Amino acid sequence: MNSTTMNTNNTAIQAEVLTKRFGDFTAVDAISFEVKKGEIFGFLGANGAGKTTAMRMLCGLSMPTSGKASVAGFDVYKQTEQIKRSIGYMSQKFSLYEDLTVKENIRFYAGIYGKSDAFIKEKTAFLLKELHLEAEAGKLVRSLPLGWKQKLAFSVAIFHEPEIVFLDEPTGGVDPVTRREFWNMIYKAAESGITIFVTTHYMDEAEYCNRVSIMVDGRIDALDTPAQLKKTFDARSMDEVFLKLARKAKRSD
Amino acid sequence: MPSVVANNLEKRYGKKKDIVQALKGVSFEVEKGELFGIIGPDGAGKTSLFRILTTLLLPDGGTASVDGLDVVKDFKAIRQRVGYMPGRFSLYQDLTIEENLEFFATIFNTTIKENYDLIKDIYSQIEPFKDRRAGKLSGGMKQKLALSCALIHKPSVLFLDEPTTGVDAVSRKEFWEMLRSLKKQGITILVSTPYMDEASLCDRVALIQNGEILSVDSPEGVIASFKHPLVAVKDSNMLQLLNELLRFEGTLDAYPFGEYHHVVLKDGYTASSLTNYLQQQWHVQPDVQTIRADIEDCFIALMKSEEIHH
Repeated sequence: MNSTTMNTNNTAIQAEVLTKRFGDFTAVDAISFEVKKGEIFGFLGANGAGKTTAMRMLCGLSMPTSGKASVAGFDVYKQTEQIKRSIGYMSQKFSLYEDLTVKENIRFYAGIYGKSDAFIKEKTAFLLKELHLEAEAGKLVRSLPLGWKQKLAFSVAIFHEPEIVFLDEPTGGVDPVTRREFWNMIYKAAESGITIFVTTHYMDEAEYCNRVSIMVDGRIDALDTPAQLKKTFDARSMDEVFLKLARKAKRSD
Repeated sequence: MPSVVANNLEKRYGKKKDIVQALKGVSFEVEKGELFGIIGPDGAGKTSLFRILTTLLLPDGGTASVDGLDVVKDFKAIRQRVGYMPGRFSLYQDLTIEENLEFFATIFNTTIKENYDLIKDIYSQIEPFKDRRAGKLSGGMKQKLALSCALIHKPSVLFLDEPTTGVDAVSRKEFWEMLRSLKKQGITILVSTPYMDEASLCDRVALIQNGEILSVDSPEGVIASFKHPLVAVKDSNMLQLLNELLRFEGTLDAYPFGEYHHVVLKDGYTASSLTNYLQQQWHVQPDVQTIRADIEDCFIALMKSEEIHH
């Protein structure tokens, strides 16, 4: 993977009592957790639980109020530029430029990450083949169906071979067949060593994660494998686990 | 007389070379007082359909009526009697809760007081904050205000375009409880959603994909039309298991489904024939059980059979 990293141990993300306050509102309330390299880590929580704020801190976009965290071995206070270079990011809302072609989008993002022309050329060809998008390479992204856009956006987010990729509701509104194809891509990326940090509102997708954390009112109230969470909360499904925890919430977004 | 009728509706966007066919001949009827779900992914044509039915967009083909009124000729009369909650929050951010509601009541020549009964259950939850600006509200509160505004003129038909998209599981359940109680007041409700699991909360559903209706039926009816044997399988290595399942000669389709994989079997194959195969060929003792399809299984099957037709 990324040879420039200084991170040699087995931890991709580490947070210790990480906190963010806005005035007297505590958006993220002393969360502590660790994500292992190559893990698929589900980051769940109700609207307003603090997921986005936590994620922004981990991506080096927002300075924590207190606590410690490192991402890919870099400190979230002092090494935000190194963090940004070591991660990929994709969300349901913003992903690609609609008025650039498929190929232009790939070139643009890879260029931002400083990849060489040779690297871009070779990998673009490989990627278009993988996605069966060779015929669409010159088409505007706007004209692609949503499912294809999301798959392309994911591929672009990991094009520069980051250590960790953050996925913020990547499958929202996507049809059930494409949703599964998307998760297949996530599995492949994880197998190649990329750590996956993913949020979703689909509880069946929580089952596809190695471990899942559930945020309630800024805190992490549960963190375990899906199987163990179901045992602990005496629930038949992750949906039930989520409802049991999230119903306790006192705030909404 | 049905409350809403869509008859072979077509809608196209774009010019010559770059035409997107958003609706390809969509037909269905919604009875009075029905809670009717339009279920399909983003880009299926749900919003185009709602805009045509609420007279905000002209169809390129076909006809439609609401309360017996034509969506093209009688657009003014229809606007008087439908409520519409668009997918994107579209109230006035710099007006307060109360000002927004008053604004919509006034436009329709009514008052909050006159129809308070209708919105009481929903509005009373946000009324304590009625002097707060709409822009400062939480997602859940915005949704309640938008629903109150769509109801304040006592519409006979309510159109809700993806009210639960991006909303967490708890808030989604609450929203559906509100809809169930509105239904009791006799309002016809059309609601669109990309979440398959919400289908079971509707009286009837239309499953839509790529501008075409795949099926219109009650949730039970959709499920009953799933004709193949379906089994759920679980094992310690799920990724490997999926590959093994796809190699089984009796497998029509296999895909992940939460903690299980679902396997659609060819007729004549059963859970025990699959168990035998897995034991003999792969020496695994998986957890295999025959199950009833849910709406998502049906949607996947319908999508794949459409692909074969095209």
